[in-house]
Formats: sequence, structure tokens, C-alpha cells
Amino acid sequence: MSHAVAGKNYLNESSGLWSWLTTLDHKRIGIMYFVSVMFFFLIGGIMALLLRLELFSSNAQEGISFLSSLPNVIKGDANPADLYNRIMTYHGAIMVFMVIVPGIPAILGNFFLPLQIGAKDVAFPRLNLLSWYCLMAGAIMAFATLFLNKVDTGWTFYTPYSIRTGASVVLMVLAVFIMGMSSILTGLNFIVTVHKLRCPGMTMYRIPLFVWALYSTAIIQVLATPILAITLLLLAMERVFGIGIFDPKLGGDPVLFQHFFWFYSHPAVYIMILPAMGVISELMTTFTKKTIFGYTAIAYSSLGIAAVSFFVWGHHLFVSGQSEVAGIVFSFLTMLVGVPTAIKMFNWLATMYRGSIEFTAPMLYALGFLFLFAIGGVTGIMLAVVPVDVHFHDTYFVVAHFHYVMVGGTLMSIMGGFYYWFPKMFGKMYNMTMAIWSWVFIFIGFNVTFFPQFILGAKGMPRRYFDYIPEYEQLNRISTIGSWLIATGFVIGLIAMIRAITKGEKAPDNPWGGKTLEWTTSTPPPHDNFTNEPTVTAGPYEYK
Amino acid sequence: MSTSRIVNGVEVATHYKDDTHQYLSNKEGIWLFMATEILMFGGLFIGYIIYHTMYPEMFAEGAKYLDWKLGFVNTLVLIFSSFTMALGIYFNQKNQPKKAVMALGATVLCGAIFMVIKYFEYTHKFHLGIYPGQMLNLEMVKPVHQNLGLYFGFYFCMSGLHGLHVLIGMCLITWVMIRNIRGDFHSNYYTPIEGVGIFWHIIDLIWIFLFPLLYLVG
Repeated sequence: MSHAVAGKNYLNESSGLWSWLTTLDHKRIGIMYFVSVMFFFLIGGIMALLLRLELFSSNAQEGISFLSSLPNVIKGDANPADLYNRIMTYHGAIMVFMVIVPGIPAILGNFFLPLQIGAKDVAFPRLNLLSWYCLMAGAIMAFATLFLNKVDTGWTFYTPYSIRTGASVVLMVLAVFIMGMSSILTGLNFIVTVHKLRCPGMTMYRIPLFVWALYSTAIIQVLATPILAITLLLLAMERVFGIGIFDPKLGGDPVLFQHFFWFYSHPAVYIMILPAMGVISELMTTFTKKTIFGYTAIAYSSLGIAAVSFFVWGHHLFVSGQSEVAGIVFSFLTMLVGVPTAIKMFNWLATMYRGSIEFTAPMLYALGFLFLFAIGGVTGIMLAVVPVDVHFHDTYFVVAHFHYVMVGGTLMSIMGGFYYWFPKMFGKMYNMTMAIWSWVFIFIGFNVTFFPQFILGAKGMPRRYFDYIPEYEQLNRISTIGSWLIATGFVIGLIAMIRAITKGEKAPDNPWGGKTLEWTTSTPPPHDNFTNEPTVTAGPYEYK
Repeated sequence: MSTSRIVNGVEVATHYKDDTHQYLSNKEGIWLFMATEILMFGGLFIGYIIYHTMYPEMFAEGAKYLDWKLGFVNTLVLIFSSFTMALGIYFNQKNQPKKAVMALGATVLCGAIFMVIKYFEYTHKFHLGIYPGQMLNLEMVKPVHQNLGLYFGFYFCMSGLHGLHVLIGMCLITWVMIRNIRGDFHSNYYTPIEGVGIFWHIIDLIWIFLFPLLYLVG
């Protein structure tokens, strides 16, 4: 296949569904991830709306419950409490394992990591395609449990309940196991790609910060996910054979499951947030037209977060019967995460200082990230303090905290990244006004939804219940109304993207004046990414 | 990438500079994958350490039910198979494919011997009523330590996951053996054999840790 044919790009160089399903082109695989992850996000999002609707009023005990008013086709014979537990489980599992973990690395990373380092593809294109099929296989298995015995354990599958419940836990954890494989393969691919496939002149200190972030993420993916794999296998064995490792009746320890689970899942939180920070670095420099402030500090702080991430899992177990000494040590180690994170925040602020800031949709998402992630991060430090956490543990304060980090942080940055790279990916421009309106609704809606949850949590409202005492009703109503605003924002954004793809104007090669390599190739990029292999002679963000 | 070209008699994908570049990249990928394998077994080893600290006498009692002689034979078989695996790579580097195929065949045979011995060990345990965890037949076994089932939970999980890897390894070696017979490999190109070899050595290495931990403890 020649790469010099005029008018040919990765989208039109071959056609038909089969050419997509068997493609080895990292850009097409990125688009396939884009479509599938957006679909999962839609389902997870609808579930979130259902949860908020149930929590709109506190009258569920007297039979006035939104979930019990659903038609029988959806709710089956479940009472609203069971139904709530199930929807909550699927909302969590879908959003974590199928949306936020693969979100940035598998979509934007797949598409732009090779482009940003001047490579023709990732190191292992077949493994790359396999990782997409792994995610799909896992997703099909996870959704299959919806038609068997719906899982009601919460996304963390805590023992001993996950051993005793009648739900299809084994199938669900095997699904997550396979999705973990997908994550490992992506991480492995990215590490080798960054090590081996950089174009001439692209030294490690010239790679864009998004690549540094993906690289740090990939290290966590490769080192942490195997622990999740063995934990889930042991849980499956526990259910099938009763091996006893997590079962106190047989001499095992259910808290060991929590240790194992969080040894993966806390680093996994950084799998979710590190690439998001990488996107923000790109947006900050492009839309202020200034060289990034503190390139090396940002790059190393990514590695720093990755390193510290493995030593903080115990902060999930402050009230699980962990020793006090361990609690204090984990408390201090957790606060340590604040240091590299703050380094990034201040470097971004310094980048903006006296820059010519353009308030485009991607930049607004980046600014939204700074605002929301600061709140999410600082409340994280609060929760790292043992006596404070004992009060807040399992309340809505924790729910609000991690939604500020995961939605306010990661999702804001996914959206920012989409709007930033959308013209390059699809070759079309979107309507900026619509994109900005979408941001306005999402940003305001997000705060309306989740800020009241901090207050609810501080007042003692426990998480994971389908009902609450009437005193909490007012703030819950505000929160539910906020969820409608977020949904409106995403609908506007979806319409903007569909309109752009169907009848958008043709995008120029470099609409934002970006300095990284992906903007030097044509839009959309050709099959081999670059007509001539690029050579780099300077750092990635050389603005005057 | 669908496009590739021939460099030094090796099919090189378009995103690599030459055959060496591709070889080194592939090898790094294999080593990273091995790291994930070791970490996955690491979870079991950590669990083992924790429960061994809690109930050392349980592990001592459980190990008595295992036949260390069979475990020792299996250890020797696997160490020898690592040698034949290394020979399989060596003969390809020296352009002696026939000898390489024989070495690989010997490796698969060793794997099979290991699995047969494992099969007899397992069935013998089942015969005595020894099953993992709650399925342990308390009346037949009459354990001294009340949690003995937990030891066998570890025994079956650790040796079972290892055995599964031996089976996967045997399939992979058979695959590279068939490719070797077809004449796919020569002194410039033997990446798949080397990759499978690394996998096989790691599996052997894990067994070398499992043997004393399960059979000789206490």
C-alpha cells in the first residue's frame, strides 16, 4: 500500500466493516475503541441517571419509589432496594473497567502516541487489535450477567458478600479479568513503542508530555493489573471450590481481598488520572501559545505519581481492621501523592501566566479540569487523614471526592482531548458554539450534582443505599437536578460531534497552532502517519 | 500494518528500521509480559507468606500429604527441559533445524512427563479425600489443624495455575516446532522460539520456588 497516493487517508484507504474489524492500523483501532467506549459510557450514564432519579425523594419506604415504578420488563421481580444495588454495581463496573480505564490510553493514546513520537505504528499492531477484542469479549461477558443473575456486590466485589451472594459473580470477575488483559496488552505495547519507535532526534526529553503520561500509565498497567488478575481468579476459585483464602470460616481473611483488590485498584486510579493530566499539559501549552512551564518537572512528577501509587492502597482500609501503625503510614504516604500532583498544577498555572489564552472548547475543559481536580485532590488529602476518614468513610463525601477526581478530572480531560484532537481524527471541524454550550452544561451540572454530596456526606448520609431520611431530601433533589444538566450537556456534545462528522467543514492540518508532530501530518493522517519520516531537532513546545 | 519487507532474510514490519530493531522490540515485549506473569504468581506467593506466618503448623501438616520424591522428579524433569529448550534456540542460531526440532520435541516430552506425574499426584489426593478448602473430606483425612483445607487451597491453586502454564507452554513449543519443521527459522530469525523459550524458563523458575514451598515446608 503506497502512502503517497493523494487524497488517501487512514479512513478511506480501504472500506467495509471487515477492513475495520481486521485492521492493524493504530488509528483505526483507536476509533474502534472510541465507538465502543462511548457506547459503554452511554449505558453507564443512563444507569447513573436512574440512580439519581431513585434518590430524588426519600419516600421509597412508603412505596413511592422511582425504580419500583419502572415497567416489569426492566425491573423483573426485584424490589427497589435490590434493583438499586444492581444498577449501582453496573454503573461502577462499567464506568471504571470499560470507560475510564481504557478511555484515554486506548482511544487517544492509541491514536496519538505513535503520531506524537513520529512512529508509523505501535510496536505490536496485532496485540493492539487483540486488546480491543479482549475488551469486547469482557464487555459481552459482563453484559451477559445482566441476563443471568445480576451482580449486586458493588464494583469492588468485596468478600465475604461476593462469596455468598447468588449473583453471577464468577462470570463478572472473569469478564473483568479479560478486560484487565486488554489493559495489560495496551500498556505493554506503549512501553515498547516509547522505548523503541521514537523518530530520529526524538530523545526521551523531547517527547510530548502526553506521551510521558501514557508511559507512566503503561508502567502501572503492566505492574498492577496482574495482581487484579490473580485476585479475581482467587475470588472465582473461592466461589467455585471454596478454597478458603478469603473465607474466615475456613481460616482465610476477607480483609486480604481488600488488600489485594486495592493493591491493583488504587494504582488503577492513577491509570485513570495520569493520561488525563497528560492531555491537560498538551491543552495548556497549545491554547496559551506558550512553552510549557517545567517540562522536566511535569514529566518526572508523572513517574513520581506512578511510583507512589503502589504504596497507598491501605487508605481504603482505615476502618477495615488494619493496624493503627499501618493506618498512619498509609496516611502519610497518601498525602505524598499531593506533592507531584501539586507540581503539575502549579506548572500548568505558570504556563498560563501571561500566555495568550484562547477560550476554545478544549481549553475550557482544561480549565474545568484545574478547578474540579483541585477540589477532588484537596478532599483526597482530607480523606487521607485517618481521624477525618473514620468520620467520612462510606459517606457521600467519598462519593463526591472520587467523582470530582474521576469525572471532574478524567472525564473533563477526555472531553477536552476529544475536542482538541477531533479535527485530526475525523478531518472535520465541529461547531465551537455548540461545544462550548455543552461544556457549560456539563461543568455547571457537575458541580450542582456533586458539590451537595460533600455536604450530605459531612452530615452523615451513607453511600450505597437506595433511600435516606427526609432531612437529606433537599440536597439530594439539587443533586438529581444536576445530573439532568450533565446529561443535557452530553447530548449537546453528541449532537455537535455527529453534525461535525456528517456535515462539518473540512479541518485544516493544524487548526490550533499545535507544535507536536501529529499536527505536521495531513488531516486525517495517511495510513503510515507521515509521508516522510519526521526528524526532530528541538523540544515539543517551542513557542516564541 | 499490512506492509512488510525482507531485510537480511527476515520479514520486517514497516514500522521497524531493520531486523535487529524488530528483534529487540519483540524481546522487550516478551520480557514485559513475563513480568506480568511473575507478578500474577506474586499474588499467590504473598498470600502464602501471610498464611504461613499465621499458621506455620498447618503448612507443615499439609506438606506431609505430598510426596516430595515425585515433586523432586518433576523438578529434575523441568530443569532438564529448560536445557533442551535452550538447545532448541542454540541449534537454530547455528542453522541446524533438524537438531533444533529434536530438542524442542524433547522439551514437549518433558512437559508431558511433568503433567502425567502431576495427574497421578492429583488423583491420588482425590482418592484420599484431599480437596481444596471446604471440600476437604474431614472424615477421611482427619486433619490435626482445623484449617488444613486452606493449605490445600494454596496447593491446588498454585500448582494448578502452574500446571495450566505448563500446558500452554507445551502448546506454544509444539507451535514453534511445527514452524521449525516448515523451515521458518534460521540464524537471523528465531524470535518466536526465543520468546517461547523465555516463557518456558520462567515457568520452570516458578516451579523451583513452588517445590520447596509446597513439598519441603515444615
